[in-house]
Amino acid sequence: MIAILDYGSGNLRSAERAFATSGREVIVTSDRAVALQAQGLVVPGVGAFAACMNGLNQIDGAAIIRERIANERPVLGICIGMQILFSRGTEHSENGIHAGVGVWDAEVSKLNAPILPHMGWNTIDTDSGSILFKGVEDQSFYFVHSFAAKSAVGKMQSWSTHGEKFLASVEDGYVSATQFHPEKSGDAGLALIKNWTQSL
Amino acid sequence: MTLSVRIIPCLDVTDGRVVKGVNFTNLVDAGDPVEMASLYGLEGADELTFLDISASVVGRETTLDVVRRTAEQVFIPLTVGGGIRSVDDVDRLLRAGADKVSINTAAIGRPELIAEIADRFGSQVLVLSVDARRARTESGFEVTTHGGREGTEMDALAWVEKACALGVGEILLNSMDADGTRAGYDIGMITAVRAVSKVPLIASGGAGTLSDFAAALDAGADALLAASVFHFGIHRIGDVKSYLDSHNYPVRTLAGK
Repeated sequence: MIAILDYGSGNLRSAERAFATSGREVIVTSDRAVALQAQGLVVPGVGAFAACMNGLNQIDGAAIIRERIANERPVLGICIGMQILFSRGTEHSENGIHAGVGVWDAEVSKLNAPILPHMGWNTIDTDSGSILFKGVEDQSFYFVHSFAAKSAVGKMQSWSTHGEKFLASVEDGYVSATQFHPEKSGDAGLALIKNWTQSL
Repeated sequence: MTLSVRIIPCLDVTDGRVVKGVNFTNLVDAGDPVEMASLYGLEGADELTFLDISASVVGRETTLDVVRRTAEQVFIPLTVGGGIRSVDDVDRLLRAGADKVSINTAAIGRPELIAEIADRFGSQVLVLSVDARRARTESGFEVTTHGGREGTEMDALAWVEKACALGVGEILLNSMDADGTRAGYDIGMITAVRAVSKVPLIASGGAGTLSDFAAALDAGADALLAASVFHFGIHRIGDVKSYLDSHNYPVRTLAGK
């Protein structure tokens, strides 16, 4: 069973349906026990880093994520759900730096690009050993974000470019994350989701 | 690694059916929105847009159902616009499965609605739809309402700048002079709006020939929206993408095609 963590973040209906195409049972939940027990936990997220962390903290989400990783239970972060796995995020300068879950010790910062958000389909430079991108290495994926991590973390990374090079995904043992939205990336995204669920 | 230009078919929806007519009058029924959305997805549409032109509460409920059914089977981004007046309206659409919403008239009447939506859901969900026409305002482009039938005397460029400052994440620029004519996008208007905005710009209104799409990109559009040329089969989405690809514009191609 796949659990999609519900902490008040955006459109979960299409994420639920997209993960269900893998053939797995999918449940949208904010329940700690369910989120801990699921074979795979998806951490979605849209909007702002600080707002997502606030929502996550209200359901004790950071602890759920850390406990799963400590217990070798797979986690997949998507978009802001990837960003909040980092140790810190910079947003509007007046708000300063926000603490993240801290799985990876690096910063999420604004992309240096003339047009933001980075919105649309972009190609990705993948690691040849990638599990997530198996069979869809050459495909485009759908991004919507203005902030990103720009330094390598975890065992395997993939990269994309908008104004500057940034982390498109991380595969790091039991925890994976994509800056793009696989649930909005058509057949390529569904294939990536299936690659992840089959790895569980 | 290059961001592809987005080709976006727009479905005007009322009471659960797709309609589109020249200059927003003489509407012609062109089909079932869920079926068309699914078909466009298979053909390589990069996003989908529903514009709800229902006048009634019942019509809007029907649209929510259309959004739900579409989001369950089409896994590309979906934008819904038309009649959105409040944060609650946005919440309902996002919960139904929309990824973005576009606002127009309500933001003109109450610009702070932009900031309210952006603060709650993030700028990335919010598209400002601007129905503009050539007129004697400062920039030569005026904001209109009611599908272009009524002028506001508001300058379109000033409005775009203000809306960007309030937090819109994207601009959908619809030329009311060109809309439905298939005589080409209003290139001057796209160029002018591009110059005052730093968010993605979707050009809309007037797509006819394949070279029209390229001209809008040259003027600074990031994405191209069209309705009638797709609905009536004048061009297939694949034709537009092949044309753009052969002229060295970055497009997303589907695996195995």
